[in-house]
Amino acid sequence: MEYFLQQAINGLTLGAIYGLVAIGYTMVYGIIGMINFAHGEIYMIGAFIAVIGFTILSMLGISSVPFAILIVLIVAILFTSVYGWAVERIAYRPLRGSFRLAPLISAIGMSIFLQNYVQVLQGARVKPIQPIVTGGLTLMSSSHFTVSLSYIQILIILTTVVLMVGFSLLITRTALGRAQRACEQDLTMASLVGINVDRTISLTFVIGAGLAAVAGVMVTLYYGVIDFYIGFQAGIKAFAAAVLGGIGSLPGAMLGGLLIGLVEAFWSAYFTIEYKDLATFSILILVLIFRPTGLLGRPEVEKV
Amino acid sequence: MLNLQGVHTFYGPIEALRGVTLDVAKGEIVTLIGANGAGKSTLLMTICGRPRAAEGSIRFDGEDITREETFSIIRRGIAQAPEGRRIFARLTVFENLQIGATVADPGHFASDIEKVFTLFPILRKRRDQRGGTLSGGEQQMLSIGRALMGRPRLLLLDEPSLGLAPMIVKQIFAAIAEINRAQGLTVLLVEQNAYHALRLAHRGYVMQTGRIVLSGSGAELLANPEVRAAYLEGGVHA
Repeated sequence: MEYFLQQAINGLTLGAIYGLVAIGYTMVYGIIGMINFAHGEIYMIGAFIAVIGFTILSMLGISSVPFAILIVLIVAILFTSVYGWAVERIAYRPLRGSFRLAPLISAIGMSIFLQNYVQVLQGARVKPIQPIVTGGLTLMSSSHFTVSLSYIQILIILTTVVLMVGFSLLITRTALGRAQRACEQDLTMASLVGINVDRTISLTFVIGAGLAAVAGVMVTLYYGVIDFYIGFQAGIKAFAAAVLGGIGSLPGAMLGGLLIGLVEAFWSAYFTIEYKDLATFSILILVLIFRPTGLLGRPEVEKV
Repeated sequence: MLNLQGVHTFYGPIEALRGVTLDVAKGEIVTLIGANGAGKSTLLMTICGRPRAAEGSIRFDGEDITREETFSIIRRGIAQAPEGRRIFARLTVFENLQIGATVADPGHFASDIEKVFTLFPILRKRRDQRGGTLSGGEQQMLSIGRALMGRPRLLLLDEPSLGLAPMIVKQIFAAIAEINRAQGLTVLLVEQNAYHALRLAHRGYVMQTGRIVLSGSGAELLANPEVRAAYLEGGVHA
């Protein structure tokens, strides 16, 4: 029981991170119908900015942990937003209206480019940082096993909950969210009511990048080591999460992220850690066979 | 108010408009009639910059808008209720109207939506339903209402009568006449239902394979033997 609870906590933490990244995939898919394969790289860049940021702050002698995290989050969001915006502007917008495969190939190219770009600038070795958030709560303790919830896990889960609530409100309640939903349904009609479609698409990339940046910062704090390859690994999981939840569906992305995180944690704990990815992707394949629109996705065909 | 001069539009290699020249004056209802595929809808979309005219010029209030982005053309005061209505199916009726008000001053929102609900009372009842659940006639009303929410000075209507029961068509045409009379809104109306359209309009143009082939007042065109033969006789006029 204690062991199970511990794995649930670990899985939730991991799932929160996947969920944040998955939102970026699903939003972009919803609005322009393409998979932004460079999105994982944006998350990786967020993590690198975190490493650099924390290193600089500690050199400056800033010792307040909440302050340092806040500064790094803001800087990471700002930088990755620019990356997210630029990726769309350079690699996808010129191909809009082209055949469907073109932006996809461009996205894969962008992903490879960004990986190599970071590798050249930062080196291929893993980057460690000193643990910044340490300690935690002991929830339960028996003779063989102690269930603990570390402060960093609390931070990750809380941040994710706050961001997801905020983000849902943005989509359902604000003019920008309405414009995004309109663009998602009919780009031409959206432009006919006077929505600046290009700007709305850019903002979608910027918001997705911002959420990925937060995930990148959190993962840096959680694991303490990163390398230029983490974007690919997390990206493909988050993509699986988005598909599992139903690509195009925002609650789906969040739910998919959580499920993938939990599956990974439980599989690693009860079976073999080597085959955790196999488990994740097997579930994805099963869902796609028996429910191709994902858990919360809607069918393509609509009554008009 | 609106002036098109020798406008050519292409869809890939197909020339959909072959030099269209047309005028709409302030306060007028002008109708554009013609068979399927004559280029009527293309003309309305070209005015909005989707697709852009390949040749010729489009002026609105004397200013050249031929090369402008769609959203900025709309911001100048043009709204369109397009072919096929294009309601945002997963947004509610209310949200569709909110989206329609994108370019309007938010201060007018409450009174504008009240006007739309007065014009089409059924929309008030359907307020929180998703657009996709409405009937064809209701969707058409929503499409026109959505266009009006942008407080346009020129309203482009693409076949508002298509596929609707005669009763509903009557209601919609009465609404168009009412908006034009009460608010002085200028209307460019594309129709296949030539009889109704020409009776409603001050002036009309007849289009054939991408060209304007005839123009005149509504009454003149109704009396014109060619128009009668091509678009009126043999049809059922409710």
